Amino acid sequence: MAAPDKSARKIRVLVGKPGLDGHDRGAKVVASALRDAGMEVIYTGLRCTPDVIVSTAIQESCDVIGLSVLSGAHESIAKRTLDLLQARNAHVPILMGGVIPPEDRERLRALGIGAIYGQEATLEEIVEGVRTLAARAWEADK
Amino acid sequence: MAEREKKPLPENRTRSGTVIKPLYEPDGGPPADVGKPGEYPFTRGIYPTMYLGKVWTMRQYAGFGTPEETNQRFKYLLESGQTGLSVALDLPTQLGFDSDAPDAVGEVGKVGVAIDSLADMETIFQGIPLDKVSTSFTINGTATILLAMYQAVAAKQGVAKERISGTIQNDLLKEFGARGAWIFPIAPSMRLVVDAIQYCTEHLPRFNPISIASHFRDAGATPAEEAAYTLSDGVAYVKACVDRGMKVDAFAPRLSFFFYTYVNFFEEVAKYRAMRRIWARLMKETFGAETVESWRLRIACVCGGHSLTKAEPLNNIARTTIETMAVAAAGLQSVFTAAYDEAFAIPTELSARTALRVQQIVAYETDIAKTIDPLAGSYFVEALTDDMEKAITTIMDDIEQKGGMVRCLEEGFIQRRIAERAFEYQRDLDSGRVPVVGVNTFKAQEEEPIQIHRGDEASERAKAEGVKRLRATRDNAATTRALDTLEQSARSTTQNLMPRIYDAVMAYATVGEITDRLRKVFGVYTPSTVF
Repeated sequence: MAAPDKSARKIRVLVGKPGLDGHDRGAKVVASALRDAGMEVIYTGLRCTPDVIVSTAIQESCDVIGLSVLSGAHESIAKRTLDLLQARNAHVPILMGGVIPPEDRERLRALGIGAIYGQEATLEEIVEGVRTLAARAWEADK
Repeated sequence: MAEREKKPLPENRTRSGTVIKPLYEPDGGPPADVGKPGEYPFTRGIYPTMYLGKVWTMRQYAGFGTPEETNQRFKYLLESGQTGLSVALDLPTQLGFDSDAPDAVGEVGKVGVAIDSLADMETIFQGIPLDKVSTSFTINGTATILLAMYQAVAAKQGVAKERISGTIQNDLLKEFGARGAWIFPIAPSMRLVVDAIQYCTEHLPRFNPISIASHFRDAGATPAEEAAYTLSDGVAYVKACVDRGMKVDAFAPRLSFFFYTYVNFFEEVAKYRAMRRIWARLMKETFGAETVESWRLRIACVCGGHSLTKAEPLNNIARTTIETMAVAAAGLQSVFTAAYDEAFAIPTELSARTALRVQQIVAYETDIAKTIDPLAGSYFVEALTDDMEKAITTIMDDIEQKGGMVRCLEEGFIQRRIAERAFEYQRDLDSGRVPVVGVNTFKAQEEEPIQIHRGDEASERAKAEGVKRLRATRDNAATTRALDTLEQSARSTTQNLMPRIYDAVMAYATVGEITDRLRKVFGVYTPSTVF
């Protein structure tokens, strides 16, 4: 894809693991893949609240937020994170991954989640998805 | 065990009528490293007769809903002839939050039953005499509290504490390395683990105070790493107990282990045979244990985990069958076979029953359990056992040189290595280098359904109101006194906290209140952000 204007700067991604669930294998694998693809990646660690995710993303000037949710709480976490971003007038696109049933994906997109990946997604697809979201955000920012 | 070993062994024959001997050995006796079953170093199994005396325990894991529903379910299982109960707890209970805590919203009663106070434990075991059942709790961070509650229910039933039996998982090191259900920092977590081991050794002789578990594997570790990390956790606990002043032979026979088995059949068999040898030598030679019970590596396992796929779920029955055959050939003590839909759903009645049937078919229809250690003497299996032993001990030696498992976890060494392995595996999966049928090889195009846990808001609200009501109706002066005493004891570094936790539980202090007092003294663990 075409390199965004700000391509001198690396894409910065925050990988967040909200909720009580401790399964972060997927979040870490995705974080490693993004780093391997040349991005700067911050991983929050387990049990991070949407509040901390949003303030860290703003503080660290992240271009994209990735949220990993396997517990079934994806919808309420998506809403809370989007509301917090809006309250702070920040436009950081969100990508979600984990155990998310197909019938919920449309609703998450309608809420404003930029991209959704399930267990079947390859790392290449996810890296491409982050690049697309970052490019779109930079485009909108201009 | 003694009783079972005295029984005459059944005579087994092939379908063709030839006799299957209980044990096959080379002329001139076995090599020293291999030995005989039931004898040091236990390569061929920890008991002399193994499955000829009794096949492995088939312990299927379940637990759900409210304490009342769990009580009904347990009574049904007991009436159907089951004697071992297994309790799954929800995440707030595992992490020390009450059902009305802000952190618990959306999680109450979801992945297991919610226990707030002794009142809930009384409900779960209402009408179930605790001297007649054995209960396994998959609980770690709050294991001491749940153990105290279980003992308290026994006391209220008039059952002597010496007669209650069961297991708490109580393995905190693997929470820091892989499973993530930690509460306090590593040092106070170790203190609580040892408190429970010491307390059980002294007061609850039939209760297993720890099940040292290998969740490292499901987080990405290779089989050799899984074995090395888990046995190294075992070493760390043994050292901590010895440092506490306990005699090795007093507690070592009560340690048990829990591992993951995937489809790499021969490697899994070799892994278990090698681990028994490594543990026996460690206990005998390094820690100077003198009794045979201390040298035995007692192993439970799960067949499934990350080896199962969401795509084409019926394929998982083939996978768990191969895995169950591997653990049967390896001579494990207790097996849980996962349901084929576990990668994406709550098991249905059909999938749960089929999982149990897999075990029964392997145990009773095949001839795998009719002779001890059936793969012994295979050039491949014996060489692989030796190779696995070397690979595992090399990693264990490296961990020891780095200061032991506690230090390695504190420094993030283990976490980083596991994350690297998980990443490597995913790349191999994406590139097709590791073939997984239905995922990257011979792939069908249809979309699979996913069924997830949806929170039940009404029962969550009811549970939250229940704990509020308890706080309003109990003798709060007594509760506060017990909590104050607990907090004081926690500040002293020398006291075993189990008796104080027991007093707090008896005064109906909640899981959240007890944990909060300990958080105040110990602080909370800062999550690892290593990847």
